[in-house]
Formats: sequence, C-alpha cells, structure tokens
Amino acid sequence: MPEEVLAIRHLKKNFGELTVLEDISFSVGEGEVIVIVGPSGCGKSTLLRCINGLEGIQGGEILLRGTPVPKKGKDLTKVRQKIGMVFQNYELFPHLNVLENILLAPMKVQKRTREDVKEEALAMLSRVGLESKAESFPRQLSGGQKQRVAIVRTLCMHPDILLFDEVTAALDPEMVREVLDVILGLAEDGKTMLIVTHEMQFARAVADRVIFLDNARICEEGTPELFFDKPKTERAREFLKTFSFQRKSRKRQEVS
Amino acid sequence: MVGDMGYHFPHVFGNEAIICYLRSDSVVRWLPWIIGNIGLSAAQGILRIKASRKAGFVNWEFIMKYLPLYQKAAWLTVRIGLCGVALSVLIGLMCALVQHYRVPLLRQLTACYIELSRNTPLLIQLFFIYYGLPKLGIKTDAPSCGMAGLAFLGGGYMAEAFRSGIEAVDKAQMESAYSLGLDRWQTFFYVLLPQAVSISFPAFVANVIFLLKETSVFSAISLMDLMFTAKDLIGLYYQTVESLFLLVVFYLLILLPVSLAGTLLERRIRYAGFGV
Amino acid sequence: MPDLGFEVLLKGKNMARLLGGLGTAMQISMISVAISIFLGIIVGILMAWKNPISRAVTRCYLEIVRIMPQMVLLFLVYFGSTRAFGWNLSGELSAVIVFSFWGTAEMGDLVRGALDSIPAHQYESAWALGLSSGQVYRYIVLPQTVRRLIPLAINLITRMIKTTSLVLMIGVVEVLKVSQQIIEANRMSSPNAAFGVYLVVFLLYFAACWPISLLAGYLEKRWR
Repeated sequence: MPEEVLAIRHLKKNFGELTVLEDISFSVGEGEVIVIVGPSGCGKSTLLRCINGLEGIQGGEILLRGTPVPKKGKDLTKVRQKIGMVFQNYELFPHLNVLENILLAPMKVQKRTREDVKEEALAMLSRVGLESKAESFPRQLSGGQKQRVAIVRTLCMHPDILLFDEVTAALDPEMVREVLDVILGLAEDGKTMLIVTHEMQFARAVADRVIFLDNARICEEGTPELFFDKPKTERAREFLKTFSFQRKSRKRQEVS
Repeated sequence: MVGDMGYHFPHVFGNEAIICYLRSDSVVRWLPWIIGNIGLSAAQGILRIKASRKAGFVNWEFIMKYLPLYQKAAWLTVRIGLCGVALSVLIGLMCALVQHYRVPLLRQLTACYIELSRNTPLLIQLFFIYYGLPKLGIKTDAPSCGMAGLAFLGGGYMAEAFRSGIEAVDKAQMESAYSLGLDRWQTFFYVLLPQAVSISFPAFVANVIFLLKETSVFSAISLMDLMFTAKDLIGLYYQTVESLFLLVVFYLLILLPVSLAGTLLERRIRYAGFGV
Repeated sequence: MPDLGFEVLLKGKNMARLLGGLGTAMQISMISVAISIFLGIIVGILMAWKNPISRAVTRCYLEIVRIMPQMVLLFLVYFGSTRAFGWNLSGELSAVIVFSFWGTAEMGDLVRGALDSIPAHQYESAWALGLSSGQVYRYIVLPQTVRRLIPLAINLITRMIKTTSLVLMIGVVEVLKVSQQIIEANRMSSPNAAFGVYLVVFLLYFAACWPISLLAGYLEKRWR
C-alpha cells in the first residue's frame, strides 16, 4: 500500500436545504490517479472545491498527509500550496503575461527567486510545447494553450496532489486532445491526481481507479476496466448508456 | 427689448439683479418670445459683427494685458482641482473597499455618503460648507473649502467607479489565486486590484474630467478662478468677447490634455494590461 | 443649543419662497430635459448612422460639450451672445438653451450607445426569419433600445437637475438666490440662519434627485 496523500472521511456538504455531498469517503495514494465521473450536478466539482477549501464543509474531514485541511486563515493558505487546482475556465490572470502568471505564486508565496522559478517555468512550458508563448498575454492564446499554461502554473508550486475540474469542458473539440495528452504525461510521471471529467475514453486511459458519484453519494468505485465494462450498479449502467446512445444516433445521421 | 442697444450685465450677487430678475417671467412664457424674435435678433447680430469687424472686433491689447490674470486663475483651478481629485480617489478607494468587503456599520455609512454626494450639486455642497458650517464653528478658507467640496463630490463618484470595477472581476479569479496559495492581501494586490483598476479606468478618466469641469463653480465661494476672472472683467470693462475668448482657451488648455491623455492611457491599458 | 436658523424657514412665507425657487430650477430642468430627449433621439440616430460626415459632425459636437464646463457654456450664451447679437436674453432662457444643447449631446450619445449595443446577429436572425426592415426596427430593435435607454435617460434628469443649480451664477432667482435673500433679511434676528437654510436646500436637492436615481437604478437592474 503506497503512502496516503489525501484521505476523505464521511464528508458532508450542503447548500442550505440542498444536500450536495453525503458521507463521502475515499483516499488517494501516492502517485495514484483517480477519476471522478457522474451526471451533471452530482457534486463532483463541489467535492474538488471542498478539498481546496473554496467551499466550507458541514461534516466529516479532509486529511492531507494525515493532517486536516483547515477551514480558513493562514493555515489554509499554507495547505493550499500543497493542493494544486486547475479550473474549467483556465482562470489565468488576464493582466499578466504567461510567464508572470506562472511566476506570481512561487515568488510571492514561496519566496523563491525569479531566476530559479523562471528556469523551471520555461522548461515546463517547452515540455507542453509553449516555450514561444512565454511573453504572450492570455487573450492571445487559444483555449487549449491557456489550459496548458494553467497546468504549468499549478505544477510550478510543486503540489502534493493535483485537482482537475472538468478542464476540457470549455474547449473546442480539437483542443481537448492537447490538454489531455499533457495530463496523461503527468500520470506517467507518477503525479498524484484527482480528475473530474466527462471524457470517458480519457478517463479509462488515465485512471488507476474510477469513482462514480450520483445523488451526492459515492455509488460505485473500482478499476476502470471493471467500471466501464462490467458496472455493478444500475445507475452506473444508465449513466454509461447515455454516452453510447449518443454515438449511435450520430452514426444514423451520417448514414442518412 | 430687442431693440435695446444698451448692455445690461447683472452681477450675480448685486441688488439690481435681484430686483430685475424678480420681475422676470417664468421660462414657459419665454418660449414663444424666442421663436418670434430669434430670427430678427440673429440678423441684427450678424450686421453688428460685420460692423464691428471693421473697427477691430477683438481687442488684442486687452487680451495681452489680462493674460497673466487668467494664468494665475488657471493655476488656482488646476491646483485645487488636482488636490480635490487626489482626495476623492483616496475617499473613493476606501469607500469601495468598505463596500466590497462588507465591513459592518461602515458599509451603511459609506452607502449613505455615496448617495448624498452623488445626488446633490457641488454648488449646494460648497454653499453649505463655506457659508453654513462656519455657523457651527467649522471655519475654512475658500481654497480648502473648494478642495473639500470637490473631494466630497468626487469621493462618491470615484467610489462607484471603483466598486463596479471590483465587482466586474470574475470571482473565479480570486478562487484561482487562493488555490495557488495566495493569501487575502496578496490576492487583493496582485490579482483583484490591477484588474479592477484597468476595468474602472474609463470611468475614472470620465470622473477626473467631470471634477475638473465642476471646479468652474468655485467662483461662488469667491475663489479667484477662471470664471471669477472672466465675470470680473466683463463687469468692469464690458470686454465680453475677449474675456470669454480667454476663458474658453484656458479651459481648453486645462481639459484637452487630460482628455487626450485619458484616451491614450485607456487604449494602452486595454491592449497591454499591467505588469506586476 | 445655539440657534441654527431652522425657525427662519418657518417664519412667514419663507419656506414657500424656497420651494418656489426650487420650482423655478425644476421648470428649467424639465423643459431642458424634454427638449434634450426629443433632439437627442434625432442626434443619436445621426451618431449611429454609418455616414462619415454625420459621424464627424456629431462627434465634434459631443466632444465640445463634453470638454467645456456647462458654466462656461452658460457664460458664452448669457454674456457672449448678448454682446455679439445685441439681444437681451434672460437668464432662464440662456439656461434652457445651454442645458438643452448639453443634454442633447448627452442624450444623443446614450441613444447611440443603446443602438450600437444591439448585436448584429439580432438583425441577422430577424432578417433570416423574413421580417422586413421596418418590422425589424418595430419588433426587435426598438423594444431593446428603449429598455436600455430609459434608465439612462432618467439618470440624465438627475444630472440636469443638479446642473440647473448653476443658473444662480447668471442671476436667475432660484433656490440658492432665495436662500441668500432670506438669510440676508434675517441677518439681525438669526445670525446663524445660513447653516439651517443651506442644509435644508441641500436636503431639498437630495430629495428631488435621490428618488429619480433609485428609480433609474431599479429599472436598470430589472431590465438588464
């Protein structure tokens, strides 16, 4: 059993009357890639936001390397450096160029020297194929390029775990690939990741373990092969059917 | 009335003006009058201009003589105007922050202040500060009163400009900064403020021009500004055209550069953004 | 508690006179607003018109009005035109001319903004549905423009009211002038009247403008 990076025990979250997450428990080991899938509004994104302290929780606990994630204040800020998050809409800072976007947090938060971070940032940018864009501003980049920069920005903080919140949902189809390839590369490097996605093919390829969330609860959990080929629960079968059904209907259109 | 060739220049604070204008009709009754007479008067006016051109319509000697007076007045306007603008930026920024971070009590107070300053004319504010407040023992000299009035008015406008700029920054930007481990202050200074400033910049420029224009009422509290000088010269020498010509030229000298600089900066900020 | 001059206003017809002064100011602003809105719609359409000459002319007009303080415009019309044309304009009339000149430019810019803010695909989708140009304006453009315009036009009213206070400087007897007279007349009996009277004037203006601002804000939110 590898070392446990993140552990979630009996997590509970509600917005007023509405229960968004109920009794969620799972753990993520070192170097493990977990993909969370589920229908829209099942609480996947909220789960990631809770882990990063962007949303308060109403019960249970979230442990990062055995210590609970604080609710607020300086301690939370410290822990957040160890939890990297990539957002659906990239959220690059529009007033800073690519390099400054990446340098901001390592320099201001971790007090590293500019040269040190810059060297690392440029190396990572060239790894994702964007070394020529270091001086560009976010508005000059395509969605896929922005998302790759956002991933580099998060990586430069050297987090213990990376959270991906539907990072390809806002992208044009032809740009999805370039972003997912980067994440696959990270998986091969042995980065610990928690990924929320609607790309089932990608989920199957990248995941060590799949968690299926429905109606605020964990409905099913298992290896990708088991989950996608022989789902145990009726709900999971229903959910997976929605994807295969779409393909069939597209085929028919092509024929006619 | 139209044929009345003599000039009558009532002084605003003079008694003859009161007597004369107590008799004056309401605006509604003037409207038919203008339609009937404007054509005739215009024709007469053009004839007069032609006639006076021959005799030297513009008195350049006069203009040269009183140029220094206008220069002095313009400096006063610029000095008080800029101090007032600086103060209002300060007040506006504080109010916007209080509103944004929802500081209890202070938030209601600033909301009240913003409504009061935005819904009353500067002239009335100045009258209250300059003539009213001394009765409570709060005495100010004219320049600081002008500055205080401008700051009171401008603070409300600037607060609104900054507040809407801050509100226009996407909330997810802050979350993204927090998730990178930036704390509240770092997020404010490196992420929120630069974006809010560039968003509210056009409104800020508009406010600066608005405030500088508003300084034209300072003569009401007997500050020797451009309007005061012009009115004085008109009253003393009846050199109306020359006095007004200088007035327009000096206001253009003050306001055109500000307006042009604002437009240029706006473009720069929009296309290039700010660096850290 | 020192005498702050509020009771001066209760004496005789003082309060009524003050309100009468405010009435004069309101009259000037309302007439100017009416003219401005009417002419402003025409100017605004000219501004939005894709004709370079009309654009340049209206642009110049707007810039002149934007950069010159209304006070200066008032002086130009009240003193300047009297000198140049030899007529005798009353302060009220000069005020109406200047404020309409100013308001028309501002209103025109608002109309232009509202017209420009309707995205091209709105026209395109209406044409694609087979609507005629007239129908497009009647059913698509006009309702949207009016919704955007009304809150802004209402705001223009408050700006007009506030600007009208300037007519004091060209000798129109409005609320401030009346206050000065009242304070002067009661100089002996209540020397501190300035505080109370000017405070009341301040609040009167606020009472006139604030509800209109609130209405504009409310409509803006509702129709966004």
